[in-house]
Amino acid sequence: MVQYAARLDASFAALSDATRRGVLEQLACAESSITDLADKFRMTLTGMKKHVAVLERVGLVTTEKVGRVRTCKLGLRRLEEEVMWIERYRQLWDARFDELDKVVEELKRKERANERRKK
Amino acid sequence: MNAGRSSQASHVKHRMSVERRSERELVVTRTVDAPPHIVFEAWTKAELFQRWWVPKSFGLDLLSCELDVRVGGTYRLVFRHPSAPEPMAFHGRYLDVTPPSRLVWTNEEAGGDGQVTTVTFEASAGQTHLVIHDLYPSKEALDEAMSSGSTNWNDETFDQLDEFLASA
Repeated sequence: MVQYAARLDASFAALSDATRRGVLEQLACAESSITDLADKFRMTLTGMKKHVAVLERVGLVTTEKVGRVRTCKLGLRRLEEEVMWIERYRQLWDARFDELDKVVEELKRKERANERRKK
Repeated sequence: MNAGRSSQASHVKHRMSVERRSERELVVTRTVDAPPHIVFEAWTKAELFQRWWVPKSFGLDLLSCELDVRVGGTYRLVFRHPSAPEPMAFHGRYLDVTPPSRLVWTNEEAGGDGQVTTVTFEASAGQTHLVIHDLYPSKEALDEAMSSGSTNWNDETFDQLDEFLASA
């Protein structure tokens, strides 16, 4: 699964930054708002928003805005679910294509037989 | 996975790729060993389509399959799963029918929030390169579809499978 590998690469890239790793550790203990995280890591709100956006993009963090506060929490489950779902979807299409190949073979045989008859 | 590498002997299983291409798109590609007019026929004749779209190996029993393949025409597939008390259906409407190269339909089993499926049949050295592109109305709709069918496959495989297929 190339897509899965690409996502893992993106996940590792997201984890290559010490602040972002710190954010994940923090969120593993408790959900936090972006403002709290910015305070904790002595960083501007804009800077923290960027870090959270990187983590969110790869599914490591999910955020939810309630009123004026954007709350962040760990999003690992989301990524696992997606990988599982894609795998199931792949299996469904694999089964479909196996059957489609048989139908198509039959149609090809019929077409060839018809052509021979015409000659 | 590169479905474009299709120059394998025909007995070798063709490569398939499945990927979430963006927040709203799912794309499946596969090469089929027949020219587009034949593959298109297998997608548009009910008696052929029903033989492969709802695979038996997934434990599903197809009860009926009606395809009115023309722009604005509807389709409806009713199937049963041993664990579900009531039969379920895939249904929707064809938005584009261009033989033998393009099919577009809506998926309406989930109400108005379903994905639009575009299938292209591209001729390639006597074979057909298929691209099945599902465009969801929003990131949330695709996330929702993905989370509805993925948890605890081992414990509740069959229930989940039904949800999965209803959303797929």
